Amino acid sequence: MRGFLSRADARALAALLAGAVFGFGLAMAHMTDPLTVLAFLDVAGHWNPGVAFMLGGAVSVAMLGFHFVRRQAQPCLDNRFHWPDRVRIDRPLLLGAALLGVGWGLAGYGPGPAIAALGFDNDESWWFVPAMLAGMAVRRWQRPLG
Amino acid sequence: MASITAFTPLTALLGGMLTGLAVVLLLSLTGRLVGVGGVTAGLKLDDTSDWSWRIMFLAGLVVGGGSYAVITGDVPHPRAGFPPVLLILAGLLVGYGTVMSRGCTSGHGVCGLARRSARSVVATAVLLGSAMLTTFAVRHWPEVSL
Repeated sequence: MRGFLSRADARALAALLAGAVFGFGLAMAHMTDPLTVLAFLDVAGHWNPGVAFMLGGAVSVAMLGFHFVRRQAQPCLDNRFHWPDRVRIDRPLLLGAALLGVGWGLAGYGPGPAIAALGFDNDESWWFVPAMLAGMAVRRWQRPLG
Repeated sequence: MASITAFTPLTALLGGMLTGLAVVLLLSLTGRLVGVGGVTAGLKLDDTSDWSWRIMFLAGLVVGGGSYAVITGDVPHPRAGFPPVLLILAGLLVGYGTVMSRGCTSGHGVCGLARRSARSVVATAVLLGSAMLTTFAVRHWPEVSL
């Protein structure tokens, strides 16, 4: 590997693999189907608990995996772990999560499923994803350092 | 209009487990913790130094979603007649809220919960609550009913 692939290249390949597994899993769990997601959120309708199964599977595997990753001194392809550094529960967290929820409950897409659904040329993703990028840019422009 | 969607607990669980596995894989190899919203929002126009793994992860997401569709033929029925203007509004809200709360459905809802981060537990509860209220309003208030 050394000399042929830089560590940054190796990280990019690892990311490609992880992204593919992630996208495959989302599609398998029908998270890329907005009607399935909305049927989970719509507790007053024909409730579909599928999303809870998906989240349960994801969180339990991640929890178990993180337990072992914490024993690694450093990641295989980098010098350190890039953990999120914020711990405070503040207004932007609450307001941001509420706005995100309105968008999710309105159309039935989160960022992951909307992008993964581009893989089967989902028409709605072509409206949603550019708008999502614009929404991100607006917030960044408002708070360039925050 | 609210239709009846298929509840497939096994594939929902397995798909969820795959996304959990992807997150653990990426963390162990590269030291990066994903949420798709965070990966996307980190594509800063004024700092492209860590674009490669981000772009590759997102490319993987598309490839993974597409591969599942090609291999299994299990593609969601396109939702007919959902207004593009609502997809744009939802996209803006999801993008803005993701950057403001520093996490998305997969960031707070999968990684954050698995790390038992207090911020993510709160964010997940708020975003689920706001999404359920939104879906309820859209589907069960007769004046708006989509």
